[in-house]
Amino acid sequence: MQATYPLVFAALLFSVGVYGVLSRRNAILVLMSVEMMMAAVTVNLVAFGELAGGRFADALLTGQVFALFVIAIGAAEVGVGLAIVLLLFRNRSSVNIDDADLMKF
Amino acid sequence: MSGGLTLPDLAMLLTAMLGGAAALLVVTSRNVVHAALYLVVTLVSVAATFLLLGAEFLAWTQVLVYVGAVVVLILFGLMLTRAPIGPMSQDTDNSRLALAVSGGLFFFLATMILRAFGDTVIELRHTPALALGEVIYLGWTLPFLVLGFFLTAALIGAVVIARAEVGEGPEPDDEAVLAVPGAPVPTDASANPGVTSPTEEVGV
Repeated sequence: MQATYPLVFAALLFSVGVYGVLSRRNAILVLMSVEMMMAAVTVNLVAFGELAGGRFADALLTGQVFALFVIAIGAAEVGVGLAIVLLLFRNRSSVNIDDADLMKF
Repeated sequence: MSGGLTLPDLAMLLTAMLGGAAALLVVTSRNVVHAALYLVVTLVSVAATFLLLGAEFLAWTQVLVYVGAVVVLILFGLMLTRAPIGPMSQDTDNSRLALAVSGGLFFFLATMILRAFGDTVIELRHTPALALGEVIYLGWTLPFLVLGFFLTAALIGAVVIARAEVGEGPEPDDEAVLAVPGAPVPTDASANPGVTSPTEEVGV
């Protein structure tokens, strides 16, 4: 397989995630964009592990182990993030991230 | 580009186009539930990429954890926060700036990738779950256990954060009365004040 296909796919997912984080107003949609960025990172880890696996025997499996860790941490992140969004909604009756400006200087 | 397109190349191209289109729809869709369902397509195409790269355990983990758990959690979040289901403006004022930043980032990354790996070919190898399990349990035991502890702590923390304290937050009954002066107090909501009925907080 051409190495550029998964790498460009990951770059596309990451850039779209950056756009979503910067432009969306609903906090849950921002969380979804962050999930896409993490998925892009895992694609990169697996692809580079596969790419380096010919020369370094450990790299193939190490990339996949790191991707597995990223998936687990992403699950924890979305749980805590949704809990924070629910708390924000209970206190402000809104999930607009522009309303969460209590700590804004 | 040396030689023609092999079968994995074609499959990867199809997967990347499907996933990229779904990702674009996630961030442009006006309907939040549709955005969550497009996210499913994106994450499934990521899992298909893992399968094509030979990482079968990771692919099924991706399907189970993301499509099975995270998307369901997100849909529950959308329901519990009563997000506007209909079409509405979801973007902030700086979406043009965001488009410039992300487009510039994508073209930078794509140019770098094409220049650095333009003619590199990945030799595909199948990684059985057995090999990955051996590496995790023999070489990465301590990080794996720490990760399990971390996940437990994070989910307990999420429960603690999201749990409703008694007397915390806006009182929905009072505000419903304040919003409509002279309106009769709904008897069923005042009978059990802990339960918030879904129609009362909407206009606050």
